[in-house]
Amino acid sequence: MSGQVGVQISGVGRLLVAVYGVLALAATGRSIVQVFTKFDQAPLAYALSVIAAVVYGIATWALIRSGAGAYRIAWVAIGFELVGVITVGTLSLAMPNLFPHDTVWSKFGMGYVFIPAILPIVGMWWLARHRPGVDVS
Amino acid sequence: MIEWFAWAQFAVALAAGLLCLTLGLARRLPSDLTVGALALVEALLLAQLVVALIAPTVGNRATGSVLEFYVYLVGALLIPPFAALWGLLERTRWSTVVLGIAALSVAVMVYRMLQIWTVQGV
Repeated sequence: MSGQVGVQISGVGRLLVAVYGVLALAATGRSIVQVFTKFDQAPLAYALSVIAAVVYGIATWALIRSGAGAYRIAWVAIGFELVGVITVGTLSLAMPNLFPHDTVWSKFGMGYVFIPAILPIVGMWWLARHRPGVDVS
Repeated sequence: MIEWFAWAQFAVALAAGLLCLTLGLARRLPSDLTVGALALVEALLLAQLVVALIAPTVGNRATGSVLEFYVYLVGALLIPPFAALWGLLERTRWSTVVLGIAALSVAVMVYRMLQIWTVQGV
């Protein structure tokens, strides 16, 4: 990998890290506001917001780090996001009363121009092409 | 929040974002121009912080959640320095694209801040 120690990601993959970083920041900020101001109104939705924020943070960190361990963590974090956005996205449309308050995943991430739905797919594509120790770039 | 100032700030961040994206996709490395554009975006955010701190004392209050406003503002303030640092460490054209993404993110956040200040809760 590009001769650098401790950094897994290179080239266009850096965009992935940048977008993940911004999304982690946005989700964290939003969940802090929700938990501190109106947690009682929708504990499920806001607990999910916190979990989503933490997972985006983990994914960002795992994409930056090199090695097999970080690679596995990146897969788990990004897989969790895909499951989350599909599950919550579907439920928020099928049973809106379950999610009366928006989360980052509601309606497949519509409030974030669908980036939460697109990003895990791009992330998995990138991870599949960049296994640790195999340089295909 | 002063409305015309927020819109000017939004326009500058949007222009800086499109400039950096275009130059990055045209394979330019981060330059004085692109990093400088992000520095301008950051300077305007700092000015916005000063405005937001003073405005309530002269009767210009946020209609929406003040906490939410400051979470956006502090978040936005963090983005350009990280992107610029990245651009200095990583001399590739992708760093220029990252500068563009950073500026566009700030533009979106400024727009949200303006909404929180002027229309939320009305």
